[in-house]
Amino acid sequence: MQTNLADFIRDTPEGREADGILRKCVHCGFCTATCPTYQLLGDELDGPRGRIYLIKEMLEGVAVSGRTRLHLDRCLTCRSCETTCPSGVQYARLVDIGRAVVDRLRPRPAADRLRRALLKESLPRPALFGAALALGQAFRPILPGALAAQVPRTSGRGTWPQPRHARRMIVPAGCVQPALAPDINAAAARVLDRLGISLIEVPRAGCCGALRFHLGDQEGGRRDARTMIDAWWPYLSQGVEAIVMTASGCGAFVREYDHLLERDSRYAEKAKRIASLVRDVSEVVAAGEARLAECAQRSKPAPLRLAFHSPCSLQHGQKLRGVVEPLLVATGCELTPVADAHLCCGSAGTYSILQPEIAGRLREAKLAALGAGAPEAIATANIGCLAHLQAGTATRVRHWIEVIDERLD
Amino acid sequence: MSPMETAGVEPADFLAERDFGGRDREALLSELSRVLPRGALLVSPEDARPYECDGLTAYRQLPLAVALPDSEDQVRAILRICASLDVPVVARGAGTSLSGGAMPHKDGVVLSLARLRSILALDPLARTARVQPGVRNLAISEAAAAHGLYYAPDPSSQIACTIGGNVAENSGGVHCLKYGLTVHNVLRVRAITIEGEALEIGSEAPDAPGYDLAALINGSEGMLAVITEITVRLTPKPLTAKVVLAAFDDVVHAGDAVAAVIAAGIIPAGMEMMDQPATRAVEPFVHAGYPLDAKALLLAESDGTPEEVEEEIGRIREVMAANGATGIRVSRDEAERLRFWSGRKAAFPAVGRISPDYYCMDGTIPRKRLAEMLTAIATLEGKYGLRCCNVFHAGDGNLHPLILYDANAAGELERAEEFGGEILELSVEYGGTITGEHGVGIEKIGQMCSQFSRQELAMFHRVKAAFDPRGLLNPGKAIPTLNRCVEFGRLHVHKGGVPHPELPRF
Repeated sequence: MQTNLADFIRDTPEGREADGILRKCVHCGFCTATCPTYQLLGDELDGPRGRIYLIKEMLEGVAVSGRTRLHLDRCLTCRSCETTCPSGVQYARLVDIGRAVVDRLRPRPAADRLRRALLKESLPRPALFGAALALGQAFRPILPGALAAQVPRTSGRGTWPQPRHARRMIVPAGCVQPALAPDINAAAARVLDRLGISLIEVPRAGCCGALRFHLGDQEGGRRDARTMIDAWWPYLSQGVEAIVMTASGCGAFVREYDHLLERDSRYAEKAKRIASLVRDVSEVVAAGEARLAECAQRSKPAPLRLAFHSPCSLQHGQKLRGVVEPLLVATGCELTPVADAHLCCGSAGTYSILQPEIAGRLREAKLAALGAGAPEAIATANIGCLAHLQAGTATRVRHWIEVIDERLD
Repeated sequence: MSPMETAGVEPADFLAERDFGGRDREALLSELSRVLPRGALLVSPEDARPYECDGLTAYRQLPLAVALPDSEDQVRAILRICASLDVPVVARGAGTSLSGGAMPHKDGVVLSLARLRSILALDPLARTARVQPGVRNLAISEAAAAHGLYYAPDPSSQIACTIGGNVAENSGGVHCLKYGLTVHNVLRVRAITIEGEALEIGSEAPDAPGYDLAALINGSEGMLAVITEITVRLTPKPLTAKVVLAAFDDVVHAGDAVAAVIAAGIIPAGMEMMDQPATRAVEPFVHAGYPLDAKALLLAESDGTPEEVEEEIGRIREVMAANGATGIRVSRDEAERLRFWSGRKAAFPAVGRISPDYYCMDGTIPRKRLAEMLTAIATLEGKYGLRCCNVFHAGDGNLHPLILYDANAAGELERAEEFGGEILELSVEYGGTITGEHGVGIEKIGQMCSQFSRQELAMFHRVKAAFDPRGLLNPGKAIPTLNRCVEFGRLHVHKGGVPHPELPRF
């Protein structure tokens, strides 16, 4: 597409990156077909092609109002469009640039800023979030229905196997996940232990940066990323072969640390190394699929009808499609068919809190698709989707690694 | 004939396009906002700008407003308001047109039908589906899949393009060689005229009394009425389908092979050709395993019972081999068949990987002249200093040369347009037409003057006037006015005479 970026951005690193991305877009509109918000709202401005146009206009110096920001805010950043795009447009990177620019040109109203500030200062702090969650759960009986539904239930944590294998990997403790579903990492450790890998949990060091970055505090997100790198770095010299992510949302972000910190002379190299070592837990388990099947055969688990929801951060962000499903099948699960599996459930980080109406409609559609085959449970791969979906259904929603863990001897 | 006499037999706005300036904008917007839900009327340039073009970005026009109705009643109300205030209306589906069919009018309203996207009924026994115009082409096939049925016309943009747009453009696709264009697969259309009157065109019965207006509405490019409901024919999925992927070391051999397959009495379900630059652009996206050293690839599909397919595939292989194919592969399973096709379907946008902009042509020529055309295009590449990727619906001689250019480089768009114009004029010269399936829109309106005589164009205008006497629906598209033809300098000049001396020159 033709571009003519304005002076204020043309020769900056962001401007050059945005120009390169815009020039790849040929405006074919294929992306609109798989965009959850376009399919819901039917307005060009709420689809990737329209948002790209809005960003292009803004970067070309056309005056913008809060309208451009509204449409960029409505984007889930699910990256379904990137999977569909034959031209290879890196939409998510462009929208990150667009969001930063619109925030600069048209600062948000104070109330909106406050809401975002509260989210980005509370969610990534495990202690604070855990305490707030405990408070919410304690008061659930007296909370109004709608609010009570927003407070997730939690489960306990099972045992963590002693490190006994030569092959070692680390897993970050996480920020929101340990408070909501503390057994996910432990289940991953137990499954990997059976596959001959010892998983070591890195003590809580906060958020990977995705929350702050996607709430408009891109610099804060970079700070978080540096903290993570500092926390993980010492393990690398101890022969740890990979950094295992059990939340695909975090995985998608950490995988791109190299891009995030490419202009940080102190951290660029480290970020590259870290990013190259990141593995979603499904990739690690898939490498040991034969062993997994053996374990499952020995334990002879009861049949289980399961609907799998592949998070966008897994299938679009990390491009890991069709990796988890065979693992579930290998452990004797029967997967029910799920229509429109490429569409987002509406969780999308803090989107479900900031855009509750669209998120609610997407969840409704997703739960209908997941429930079509009458599954006994729903499995997914990201804590955000898990909590969001669970709040809308009586069917149990779990991380797939927990399901597999229970099905092995 | 003097100008006065001409005016008697030709519609009033045949000579020049109407000027719609100076309409009461305030009244228009206030009336529209009364009939539309909140958020369904976009007025500010910031909101309207992303609607300024469709899939053809070289032509852009900011509209006065964009309306996003979600019911037929709202569509009707919008049309009545626009008619009463004499404001043009441009209908839009998914905005994937490659001929600028949905490019707005500067004094007009863009009427988006994207929110009318329900499948109203699906009758597996009658094999029909009644759908709203904003339903995506592929969504119909997805809904019909449970019954072993699908909607056959499959334009490359089928994932995104809407059925309403398909009818408006009479879209084709990879499989229209065997299964026909949109017009052959649409039984009934319900449309609203500019006056707000509902028209029922065609019927669910095999034949209807009176003139076959369905053939007229298909391909009418939003010029006659706004479509609000369509009944399409569904086709049973074939038991088997396999595709032959044949590689050639010379585009001319590939062109000859196409003609030879048809000459052998074979009608493949689809027969497509891609040249080397196109293949190289798509392979990194689709990983179809295309041979990248081949100068041209042919994809030919056979479908039917397993026995029919085996026999036909064997014959296609023989013809390909006899015409110099250097390598022949047959899809081994359904996944591989879809992979072979996926590259062809993604070919246009994938060109975005090798060039910032492309200009997609849509001429049609007799199959036997494919090789000649390819040679001519190669010569034109040199003449204009621009590269051209060739992606053809080879089976029916429908060419899609993609002229690569850089809109940021001064003069390249103009060179690309001239290059394209020359291909289209060659198509007419070879006995073909300037459009196969993308429509004329704004893009090929100049070439319409080469394709048709003044009398024929006048006839088109009379048909248009029968539906839309004041010319409010999609003005300036598809059928050129006479002064536009003169402006383009593309009316045939016979025996050195200046055409239409009575018309003012620009």
